[in-house]
Order: sequence, then C-alpha cells, then structure tokens
Amino acid sequence: MLGFVVRRLILVIPSLAGLLVLTFFLIRVVPADPAAALAGENATPAQIAEIRHQYGFDQPLLVQFGVYLAQVARLDFGESAYSRRPVSVDIKQRLPATLELTLAALIFATALGIPLGTLAAVYHNRWPDTVLRILSVGGVAIAAFWFAIELQLVFAMDLGWLPLRGRLSPGLAPPALVTGFYLIDSLITGRLDAFGDALRHLILPAFTLSLGGLATITRFTRAGVLDTLQKDFVTYERAQGFPAGPLIWKFVLRNSVVAAITQIGLLFGGLIAGAVVVETIFDWPGIGFYTVQAILTADTKVMLAITLLIGVIYAIVNILVDVVNGLIDPRLREND
Amino acid sequence: MLILVKFAKDKPAVLGAAIVLAVVAMAILAPLIAPYPGDVAASHLLQRLKPPSPEHPFGTDNLGRDILSRVILGARGALMIALLVVGISMAIGVPLGLIAGYQQGWLSQTIMRVTDIFLAVPQLILALALAQLMGPSLESAMLALTLTYWPFFTRIVYAETRRLAAALFIDALQCIGAGAPRILFLHILPNAISPIIVRATIGMGFTILVAAVLGFLGMGATPPDPDWGLAIAESRQYLPEAWWFSTFPGLAIFLTVLGFNLLGDGLRDIVDPRLRRSR
Repeated sequence: MLGFVVRRLILVIPSLAGLLVLTFFLIRVVPADPAAALAGENATPAQIAEIRHQYGFDQPLLVQFGVYLAQVARLDFGESAYSRRPVSVDIKQRLPATLELTLAALIFATALGIPLGTLAAVYHNRWPDTVLRILSVGGVAIAAFWFAIELQLVFAMDLGWLPLRGRLSPGLAPPALVTGFYLIDSLITGRLDAFGDALRHLILPAFTLSLGGLATITRFTRAGVLDTLQKDFVTYERAQGFPAGPLIWKFVLRNSVVAAITQIGLLFGGLIAGAVVVETIFDWPGIGFYTVQAILTADTKVMLAITLLIGVIYAIVNILVDVVNGLIDPRLREND
Repeated sequence: MLILVKFAKDKPAVLGAAIVLAVVAMAILAPLIAPYPGDVAASHLLQRLKPPSPEHPFGTDNLGRDILSRVILGARGALMIALLVVGISMAIGVPLGLIAGYQQGWLSQTIMRVTDIFLAVPQLILALALAQLMGPSLESAMLALTLTYWPFFTRIVYAETRRLAAALFIDALQCIGAGAPRILFLHILPNAISPIIVRATIGMGFTILVAAVLGFLGMGATPPDPDWGLAIAESRQYLPEAWWFSTFPGLAIFLTVLGFNLLGDGLRDIVDPRLRRSR
C-alpha cells in the first residue's frame, strides 16, 4: 500500500512541473506589459521602465524562471502588487475562509444529494425521477453569479432574513484565531454570538456553491443505487418480505455510495473555481475573491502562486481519491 | 427511425431539444421578433428602470432600453460565441486526440501531458487569466475559452482512438496498406463521432455559462452589447428596486444552458450504450 501511494506521488511531479512552466511562460509570452499595467494609465515611460527593472521583468525569461523556481521552493512568492504584502501571507490568511466555504458546500451537497439520488433510483422512470433529473441538470445549468444575486435579492434585500455579504457582521469581532474556521473557532472559544452570526453569513454563499456538487452527487448516487437494486440479495430480501424502507436506506445505500464518494473528491477542484464567482458576489474574504482582484489588476505573482496552489490541491485530492479507491478495491493496487 | 422513437420517449431530452430549437430560432429571427430592435445601442432616459408592463414585458434597464428586446438580441451573441469556441476547440482537439491515440511515442506523450496540464487548472480561472492577459474584449474571451476547452475533446478522442486502434478491422486496414491519415479520418473518426457530438452539445451550454461569467466580470462583451452576463453585472447597483433587470437575462442563460444540457444528456443515452444513464 505504501508503494502504491509513493508511485502516485511520483506520477504527479511531471504534471506540476509542467504546470509551473506553462503558466509562467503564458504570463510572460502573452502580450500585455505587466510593468505598464502595474504603473497605471498615467505613468511615464521612465516610470514604467523603473518598475520593469524593479520587478525583474527586464531579465531574460530563463533567468526570471530560475529566480521564480528558487522562490517557489522557499514558498516565497514575492509581494503582491495589489495588496503590497507577501503573497504567501495573503494566501495563508485567506485560505481558511475559502476552505470553510467549500467544505460547508460539500457537506450540504452530500447530505442532500445522497438521499435525493436514492429517492430518484427508487422511483426510477416515474415522476420524482424525472423531476429530480431536470433539477440536477438545472443545478449545473444555472449561472452561479446570477443565482447568488437572486438569492441576495430575495433573502437579504426583500425578506431581510440573512445578511447580504461578508463572513461576519461589521460590528462583531472575529473569534480568536485557532483554525481560521469561524464556525469552529467561535465554538472552541465559547463565542456563541459569533457562531450564530458566522453561520447566518455562510448559508447563502455555501448554498450557491453547493448546487453543482449537489447535482453530481445526486446523479452518481442514483446510478449506484439502481445498480445495487438489481443485485440478487435485494431480490432475495424482497421475496422474503423484508420491509422496503430499511432494505433501501440501510443495505442498498451502503452498497451504492462508493462511486458518489469518489466524485466528492473530484468535485473539490470545481468548488475552488466556483468560489471565485461566489466569493466575488458575497464579498467573502477568501482565495477566490483574491484571485479576481489579482486577475483584474494583472498581479502576475499572485496569479502564478494561486495557479500553483490550485494545481497542488487538485493533485492532492486526486491522490487521496486514488488511495481511497485502492483501500476499497485491492485490485486497483495490484494492477498499477 | 428507432433512434427517433427512443428519443421521443425521453421527455427531458425532448424538452431540451425544444428549448435549443427555440433559442436558435430566436437568435436567427432576433431583429424581426424583438419589439424594439433599435435598443441595442439607443437609450431612452425618460423610460429608465420601468417595471414590467404591457409595453415592456420584462421592464427596462438603466438606460431605458427594453429588456425583452435585449434578451432576444443577446441570444445571437451567446450562440455565436458558443459555436465558434466549440467549433474551433473541436478542430484543434479532435486531430490531436486522433494522433495521440494512434501513435505511440514522444509525440503522443507530449500531447497528452500538455492536455493534462490544461485540465489540471480549473477552466474558469485559466480563461479569466488568459482573457485579462490578452486585454479584455470579446475576442480575447473567445480565444481564452477555446484555449481552455480543446483539451476536453483531445481527452475523449484519445480514449476512443486507443480503444478502436486495437480493433481487428484496423489491423486489417493496416495489412492492406492503408495509410495513417486514411485510417484515422475515414475509419476511426466516424466510429468515435458519438461521444464527440455529446461533448460538443454539453460544451455549448458550458461555454455559454463561462462566457456569461467572463461578461459579468468585465472580461467579455463590452457595452452597449446586449450580452446577458454584462446585463446582470450592470443590474447589481439597481437592486433590490429593479429586480427585473437581473432576473430576466439570468433566466435566459439558465434556460439556454438547461436546453443544451438536457439535449446532450438524452443524446448520450441514445448514442452511447456504455454510458447509459437509465438501465
């Protein structure tokens, strides 16, 4: 098993190296002058030249890339041109907000998607199945940025039930920093006021972000349950008069969710991308919001760091999925 | 005929096909059916932000333009972008997939590793970065979307080619001296066309969605284009009063993408029994 994990880890290295090269060259070769963008519209050529020199844009590409590689090895991504702070500090500070949001979305999608998928399979080709199919295709078809705005319109502006934006109400001090997850930190430190407030702020963004995952998990659970329902043991139990409810929710479901759980791992990359949109709409102070600011201000250092971060997260999640699959099905380990 | 009968029984797929046909018809006939076709560029400040009424069923926007007309006219741009992006992505991705799947060696390896790298970055983020780097405009947005979408076709065609290249009829063709281009384009490609069509249909919906995000973030269409994503971005500062301003362009995106996805879903069931959704 250890050998299997190590082989998986080694396979990832060329992809990550390629990613580093590709993103770096795209940013340097694709013609927009980062120095001019940094200097602003009214800068003189002399000012632009100075910035170009200051940031090392006048060095040969290979030298710039070598400098970058050495920096990445030290996790030193330089200073963000947008926030004027080290990129690694910015990312470290913002990552928990994004992780809290994506994990909340993932938990919601799983908790709702697995029962809905089971329901669709049980009512196979009857109206609940058709309705759920249209809904699950719709979940992928809806534009997250529009859905988020409509949710804000109804629940925050018209009804006033939930807050419009942010992670906490402006007057409220954030809980003491332990994990960076407001929900967990506020519970640990006994700040129940902050817990309730953070939870209310989390509902709309997490729900928006969960839609795509909810649809995927529903579909995969449905397919898995349909498969299991045709197994001999189900026919046998049915023939024996075993009550349908416990049969499906206890025995069939337990045999069916493996494919759906594999999907949950794969969804994580998509969730991070979705966070870009959702965080922008809800002013959520995470990585996604930061990414958009970096892209809009052509902040190349932040863009490179974030691309790499996403690549690493994607690789880790894929390894985890492979390892979990290997644990579930030993044949996968042998055939490698 | 059997396929048509089967398709007709699949109600969600028929619904999808109907929506797609309606949107395509709307796009073609847009200048004829839009009540105020001049509202692409015109502005009527006295009429601004009027709620839905018989004259303006979807209300008017911040410049007094009829939102129904702009939603109808916007279908043209959305479909055009999607067609171009998916079409060019296919033109790049399909041949690369055929070559990588048929040949063994460094060329195949290089193509597939580059494909993997592109697929490892979320498409939206890569497209955003590329669009910004090329200078925000509709052309950059389309180029960025194409650059990020071709690997999906390469991946599918590669897998299909690998599967087909091992088939007996390909061995036979090689024995009678058929060249690689002939085998690839006349024999393997027609056998791999079903998954390509399914991917292209779903890709149309997906591209419309991502293009709308780019427009919304100011990286795609520019004012006064009647772009759906752009309209939603413009509407934000007039909420909650002008709810119709954001709601109707968003519904247009939703219905169009839903149509393509339902259609693609239904097509997959019919053309590819291995991926069959309902057993």
